[in-house]
Amino acid sequence: MALSENQTERRPRAPLAPWLKSILVTLSSIAVTMLGLLLITFIIGRVMPIDPVLSIAGERASKEVYEQVYYELGLDKPVIVQFFYYLSDVVRGDFGMSLLNARPVSEDIRRVFPATLELATLGVIMGIVLGVPLGVVAAVRRGSWIDQLARVVALVGYSMPIFWLGLMGLLVFYGILGWVGGPGRLGIFFEDIVPTRTGMILLDSALAGEWAVFRDAFSHIVLPASLLGYYSLAYISRMTRSFMLEQMSAEYVTTARVKGMSERAVIWGHAFRNIRVQLITVIALSYANLLEGSVLTEIIFSWPGIGSYITTALLSADMNAVLGGTVVVGLIFICLNIFSDLLYRVFDPRAK
Amino acid sequence: MTLLDVQNLWVKFPTRQGIFDAVRGVSFTLGKERLGIVGESGSGKSMTGRAILRLIRPPGIVEADYIRLEGTNLLDLTEKQMRAVRGQRISMVMQDPKFSLNPVMRIGDQIMEAYLLHNRAGRADARKKSLEMLEAVSIRDAERVMRAYPHEMSGGMGQRIMIAMMLIPDPKILIADEPTSALDVSVQRQVLDIMDALVKERGMGLIFISHDLNLVAEFCDRVLIMYAGRIVEVCDADRLHDAKHPYTRGLLNSLPRLDHPRDRLEVLQRDPAWSDAPSVGTQE
Repeated sequence: MALSENQTERRPRAPLAPWLKSILVTLSSIAVTMLGLLLITFIIGRVMPIDPVLSIAGERASKEVYEQVYYELGLDKPVIVQFFYYLSDVVRGDFGMSLLNARPVSEDIRRVFPATLELATLGVIMGIVLGVPLGVVAAVRRGSWIDQLARVVALVGYSMPIFWLGLMGLLVFYGILGWVGGPGRLGIFFEDIVPTRTGMILLDSALAGEWAVFRDAFSHIVLPASLLGYYSLAYISRMTRSFMLEQMSAEYVTTARVKGMSERAVIWGHAFRNIRVQLITVIALSYANLLEGSVLTEIIFSWPGIGSYITTALLSADMNAVLGGTVVVGLIFICLNIFSDLLYRVFDPRAK
Repeated sequence: MTLLDVQNLWVKFPTRQGIFDAVRGVSFTLGKERLGIVGESGSGKSMTGRAILRLIRPPGIVEADYIRLEGTNLLDLTEKQMRAVRGQRISMVMQDPKFSLNPVMRIGDQIMEAYLLHNRAGRADARKKSLEMLEAVSIRDAERVMRAYPHEMSGGMGQRIMIAMMLIPDPKILIADEPTSALDVSVQRQVLDIMDALVKERGMGLIFISHDLNLVAEFCDRVLIMYAGRIVEVCDADRLHDAKHPYTRGLLNSLPRLDHPRDRLEVLQRDPAWSDAPSVGTQE
């Protein structure tokens, strides 16, 4: 009885207030970060030595046409006004027209981003599923053969150029063994069978129940995804190992052993719980890196993702596409940051 | 009645410079009593406690003629059998509750876990037991503490929680490794009294490891004085001040006393011969 009285006393009057406050703080920090990102991309767009009018109207445009385009783009207005035009466009999801194919950049991004998302997600899942246990075991059996193996695996992952591994993978698994599909997302027979819903072919074909398409898409994605997975595995397993080493020497681990727990329960039930927060940061970072688009992997495997899209745009001075892509990549980083921030609060009682 | 009988215990660590002996041939027995182990840092007192529970991790090596717990030699047990000894028959309270409790687990879950490991019982039963145990260590508002996390507790509360957690499976022996060194002086006494009452009430044996001579003299029945991995002297706690070994005498003389104020305290003069002399055995 006394207890429940105590409880009502201790509760603050408006229990939502701290929640609301933290949400507001988070939202405003997102807004400020976004604004900064847009400002930077805007400035980059302005300082690039590319005349936007010329690139639209063409090198040999007449003076009248040049001026017409100049006014249409709003280039006669003060810079600050131009920035607000840019801002309101971006907020509405309008990144302008691509100069290469004269289509809205937002449409292009909607087409290429799911390809990267599919690849990166599969890759990071492989990295987590293999990397985390490998790191844990390497830490627990420090100095054993499995620790040495993990070290070699990570070292190769860090130091081997990805394009070389990609080409070798294609040569062996596609060229010689024929186990996997070649470059591209789908074999030519399977194209345009399933309707595009998410843009991720594995998901779309599964939703449509087209399992033949699913199998073909899987055989195409498995090699590039494994390659990316290998790189995130290298990073994740190394970090997991060092986090676990730190925790295994902590005093509460001894407490758990004194209680009479099995070593496995000590490791996963006690020590591992304490590295979840750090691990989330590492995984989020690794995922963000993959989502940014791994240009080399996408080029080798003819994967029409955002990495190769931005690179192509950059090489042909298609600034709207480059800036649009940059904003999207920045947005991904911000979102993943917020997400890992939220998980922090779930996993670490001290962060509340 | 002898609960624990340790004969010729060695703890060794291989290093680049050869083998380092942390504990060198220690023998003692423990009955239903409070046995103090005193010594300076690195004298091997904590290693002795951990070696009994076989908690020295490789590459560390534990060797002994035997470590008998109520007749069973612990060194003959498999790791699995040893797990049934830990917690259930011998338990240990460590120095700082800030580090010895898992920071991301609720206190209730940690205590219940200790109980459930050794008892076939449901969670409701374990919960009830845990609440009782928390009340036994004078924690008010036990329901709230069960839901709380370690960082929300003070040091004194944390140590009482630790004691509750370690005594809940009803062990025969409790090893307390500097249980009050990290606590405020004002709560040290309180924690010791609670531990003492529980140990007496349950008829347990207590190994009290400390560097605090006065505390040990006051709190224990018998005292082992360790130096450089060996026991240099064994005496009854109330006659500690008549101790003969020059090391013990030196320690005692370097303590300030209210009833004999001195301008300058004695500095311990170490004699290399002390670390070479064999351990003193304890025969009851």
